[in-house]
Amino acid sequence: MGDVEIAVGLPIVAHDVTIMRRGTRVLDRVGARIEPSLRTFILGANGAGKSTLLRVLHGLIAPDSGRIAWGGSTTRPPRQAMVFQRPVLLRRSAAGNVLHALALAGVRGREARARADNALSRVGLSDIADRSARVLSGGERQRLALARASALAPEVLFLDEPTASLDPPSMRAVESIVEAVHAGGTTIVMTTHSLAQAKRLADSVVFMSAGRVTEHTDAATFFACPRSPEARNFLEGERL
Amino acid sequence: MDTISQSLALALHMVTHVDPRLAQIVGLSIAISLTSTLCSAVIGLPLGAAIGIVRFPGRNPLVVALNAAMGLPPVVVGLVVYLLLSRAGPLGEFGLLFTPTAMVIAQTFLIVPIVAALTRQVVEDAWVEYREQLRSLNASWWQSTLTLLWDTRFSLLTVLLAGFGRAASEVGAVIIVGGNIDGVTRVMTTAIALETSKGDLPLALGLGIVLVSLVILVNVGAHLTRQWARARFG
Amino acid sequence: MIEKRMPVISNWSRNIGSAFLLLFATQVFAQHPFITVASTTSTEQSGLFGHLLPAFTKDTGIDVHVVAVGTGQALDIGRRGDADVVFVHDKAAELEWLAEGNGVKRYPVMYNDFVLIGPKSDPARVADGRDIAVAFQKIAEAKAPFVSRADKSGTYAAELRLWKDAGIDIAKAKGPWYRETGSGMGPALNTASGMNAYILSDRGTWLNFRNRGDLEIVVEGDKRLFNQYGVMLVNPEKHPSVKKDLGQKFIDWLVSKRGQEVIASYKIGGKQLFFPNAGTDA
Repeated sequence: MGDVEIAVGLPIVAHDVTIMRRGTRVLDRVGARIEPSLRTFILGANGAGKSTLLRVLHGLIAPDSGRIAWGGSTTRPPRQAMVFQRPVLLRRSAAGNVLHALALAGVRGREARARADNALSRVGLSDIADRSARVLSGGERQRLALARASALAPEVLFLDEPTASLDPPSMRAVESIVEAVHAGGTTIVMTTHSLAQAKRLADSVVFMSAGRVTEHTDAATFFACPRSPEARNFLEGERL
Repeated sequence: MDTISQSLALALHMVTHVDPRLAQIVGLSIAISLTSTLCSAVIGLPLGAAIGIVRFPGRNPLVVALNAAMGLPPVVVGLVVYLLLSRAGPLGEFGLLFTPTAMVIAQTFLIVPIVAALTRQVVEDAWVEYREQLRSLNASWWQSTLTLLWDTRFSLLTVLLAGFGRAASEVGAVIIVGGNIDGVTRVMTTAIALETSKGDLPLALGLGIVLVSLVILVNVGAHLTRQWARARFG
Repeated sequence: MIEKRMPVISNWSRNIGSAFLLLFATQVFAQHPFITVASTTSTEQSGLFGHLLPAFTKDTGIDVHVVAVGTGQALDIGRRGDADVVFVHDKAAELEWLAEGNGVKRYPVMYNDFVLIGPKSDPARVADGRDIAVAFQKIAEAKAPFVSRADKSGTYAAELRLWKDAGIDIAKAKGPWYRETGSGMGPALNTASGMNAYILSDRGTWLNFRNRGDLEIVVEGDKRLFNQYGVMLVNPEKHPSVKKDLGQKFIDWLVSKRGQEVIASYKIGGKQLFFPNAGTDA
């Protein structure tokens, strides 16, 4: 790590983004600005629109109205990666999965093998590099998904509740990997259900309620004195 | 009953004392059906996978047409290919009528729809799981097609076997375009048709038992492969 | 350390490619000279070709690919230029085919005969008769079950001629007793066996037929039952792809002393089936 080049697709700016699904506004005139090098967490209740906003920021979903730009450009930049709550792995070996992602990014041969090697050892999966990815345990699979993402040396790493289905030791392993990726210069954008996790890791918080962003401040301010009533209710509920 | 027990005895005898003519007929049947299955795979696998993944105008009618084409009657396909390959037809200059090549062509026409339609189903189902991750990785539609084809390879093996089974079992197409020429274009199914029409029913049934056994053997092999694959790859 | 893996797809395409090349090569290169002869199912099922063609190939080194279908389809195959030689047994149809410009010349080769097959119970009382026309009359009067091929075959043409000789307009006289199967000789015999019906068959197919049930020969020997074979080269001016030299070699061999001897030597159960008569006016 530490090989992330000069930021091209940052900051990510969403302006007035609306997404309609079956007559409901899943995202309602949402604006957000993701700054480079920070760990931004998107928080909110179920159905608030966190996952949808994450996907819009990553460019997986196009807004029905409004704009989104990456470093000023309206085309999605290539050097981003995403880790989902349930990792999607191919029917190949662990190493094969990483090599496949690298091949899609145009990296092959000796360089690809070297990067895959490094990525797997950074997440502690070197000794099972040749095992079939889909028979690994839940924690191993998520670490593999992270290895795959980090091997791409992305500018931005998006994570959608990556530890929600994991046991505590696996969760801690994943968190430390995310920390390491961030330390190498990658911007992190993550959603989570766990306020404890957000408190541990977040630099900045985007709070959502019913499809709207009601608050976007640095983490310390958010947890100490949230401004919006929805955020206050949310944190209150957590305390009880 | 008498015919059936005679036939079983005959079939057993044929398999254990391998008559060279029988071996030639079985070998030709396998070669032709295998070749047409491979040709259909080359055409049908990418075609079916691409249709499964890409959304384009006219896709839904195409899917319906493909599914319907799975039921193409072999005799009709045989007749059409016959008219195409006849010297009096548009492709006559190649002189392909009454050759094994013509039989491969006819069978390929017959099973491409099967391979494509079933592949589409398999890949489309897998696409639901892989779509977001592959888009996140910036895979083009062609790269996604290849990725999914490899990932669903064990289900696709079943698809190819369905195609092979259909090819090995049909008689209508190959008898018309091949002419059932002794030693040249006579395969198991056309030999059975011939022996039946000669009234040699025990021999016909015996050949039929050999053919069915072959198809069963191939399917058992596929089943075992899938089981092994599931355990190994998940 | 991750081992380098060969790209899977190019391995596959290399293997498939070489398999195709092999199939193509065997198609194009590994064949002796051969001709395609369109003939009839009854001729093939009599077993004559299994006896005749190896002798021809041994004498000349030319392979013969026989496509055995009904007479009508055999003539059609010749008309389209998909065969080099046509070898059937329906003189009227052959002459008409020649008149249309589809062939070069007709050579008579041999004849065999038809036999009337019927159930042992013989409901129309025709057994042991020597007059085929009388037998047909009796069958029509008795409305005894009768199976007809009703395809464009030489056998069917012969059957129609015999109804005419018996003074019967079969198109009008036919009823539920007259079953038209539209099939080859073997399947029609199967049907007759299943139904215990009368049927006109060529002797060769009958002698080789295994599924006789209660059927046996009831009338034979009438001159009107003789079945003449003719061989013709497909017209190379109409179809330049016709192998005219090899095809003519086949015809010349069939009508030569050697070919005629081989024809006469073909026997089923010790009985001669085909009677050579090349060079006559047949």
